[in-house]
Amino acid sequence: MSEAEKFDAIIIGAGPAGASCAYTLAKAGKEVLLIERADAPGSKNMTGGRLYTYALEMVDRGLSAEAALERKVTHEQIMLLSGDRAISIDYHEPSFNATGRAPQSYTVLRAGFDQWFAGKAEEMGAMVVCGVKVDDLIEKDGRITGVIAGEDQMLADVVIAADGVNSFIAQKAGLIKDISAHSVGVGVKEVIELPSKVIEERFHLREDEGCALMILGCTERIHGGGFLYTNRESVSLGMVVNPEEAAKHGKSVHAILQDLKMHPAVLPLIEGGETIEYGAHLVCEEGYRGIPQKLYGEGLLVIGEAAGFVINTGYSIRGIDLAVLSGLAAAKAITDETDPAKLGAAYMKELNHIKLLPSMQSVDGYKDLLDIPRLYADYPNLAADIFGQLYTVNGQVPLSMKKIIESLIRKNGLSIWQLFKDGLRGAKSI
Amino acid sequence: MSIEKMTAPELLGLNRFNVDEEKPHIILNKAICFQCKEKPCLVVCPATLYTLDKAGEICFDYAGCLECGTCRVMCRNKGIVHWSYPRGTFGISFRHG
Repeated sequence: MSEAEKFDAIIIGAGPAGASCAYTLAKAGKEVLLIERADAPGSKNMTGGRLYTYALEMVDRGLSAEAALERKVTHEQIMLLSGDRAISIDYHEPSFNATGRAPQSYTVLRAGFDQWFAGKAEEMGAMVVCGVKVDDLIEKDGRITGVIAGEDQMLADVVIAADGVNSFIAQKAGLIKDISAHSVGVGVKEVIELPSKVIEERFHLREDEGCALMILGCTERIHGGGFLYTNRESVSLGMVVNPEEAAKHGKSVHAILQDLKMHPAVLPLIEGGETIEYGAHLVCEEGYRGIPQKLYGEGLLVIGEAAGFVINTGYSIRGIDLAVLSGLAAAKAITDETDPAKLGAAYMKELNHIKLLPSMQSVDGYKDLLDIPRLYADYPNLAADIFGQLYTVNGQVPLSMKKIIESLIRKNGLSIWQLFKDGLRGAKSI
Repeated sequence: MSIEKMTAPELLGLNRFNVDEEKPHIILNKAICFQCKEKPCLVVCPATLYTLDKAGEICFDYAGCLECGTCRVMCRNKGIVHWSYPRGTFGISFRHG
């Protein structure tokens, strides 16, 4: 066994949460060790996805301008699918890419971004070690004092678990229970290569600008949805579905994504492209109510997706920005709180101060809205039927709108009362 | 190239893997799996690594694992007796992510 070294902090996992924490601690002059099990930061990680830049700007002003990111999102789109039909909404906001300030959000691919961010932490003085998997924690008198990786032991004043959604580290410490199937979604994604000019033409984008598309009605009635993000020279097409409902349904998660790819409204967007990677990842779907009771123990803090920090409102999904914020909050607590016994409480205070927990709490009700099962097929079908009637001209005397809608509600096995109840539930939720 | 439906093995063939030949990171007790009625793993594994052979026994190869953890959280009867991330540097390496 090698001689134990002692650090101010050891961070497990070089994703955005770990890198943000390492960067901030190193900047404050702390001796930091950032451990990553992949051979390079980011190569175990995947996202939809996008990053809201405000979080990077909070870590350091101007950081987002040099980050390894893809396209500035100026087009926010929603698509409802029903059979081979589609309804699309495109919200274009040029000010999301105004000159003189950081764009609101970028599309992102994690292999490049995470490697860049960990590299920045290294530049600040953090020690980054890749290809090492932390197997266990060292505990002494009820306090976590370090980590064990293979035959090596490394000691630290504080250990930070930034090891993602399946956080085995926080489980080992007894802080969190194992994740349960109903509280997660399984995300699958293809990265499809396309020339940048083609992407810009198809999505009506200026150079460097991008689009984020959420798709409803593409999941075989299963709780979930599709997504498409335009990168510089590829698009990320994928979907997230509830694995329990998928198992009951019986169609493989892989096959559902293949069907989405071939949908007449999706195929023209990716036609001529070439799939260059296939990935999968679990996503926390519970929001604020799913955050573990306790995010710290003696000598241990839990950050990022390991702590359940994900917001899903249906129209936008946030995880990376919250990971970055939580890393920052942990680093601030470690830097400012000198009494180890008060570190956990200081971390929770920072999570509030940095607006992470209040933001998650504020949109907690969306979970109730998104739990309405009719959102994933019945309502997209009803909407498509109504549009279908509106746009049908065949020489027959048109029915009144009221009659059309009433008959289509019945046709879809719904009732006005059901619609009213769901509307009320939706209004209450948000 | 034109976009077509691809099988899971075709898709996995695009990825970079460094398979740990010495130490599987997921181990099944096939006798338990044989008894399991639901077998959600057949449906939820994005890489479709869980299949049935003619005798109805689970076939599984950890080599194409995307390390998402879905099989682990969905395993009903604990036929998955061991699930850990692969040892350092082994397993999937996303070039894009």
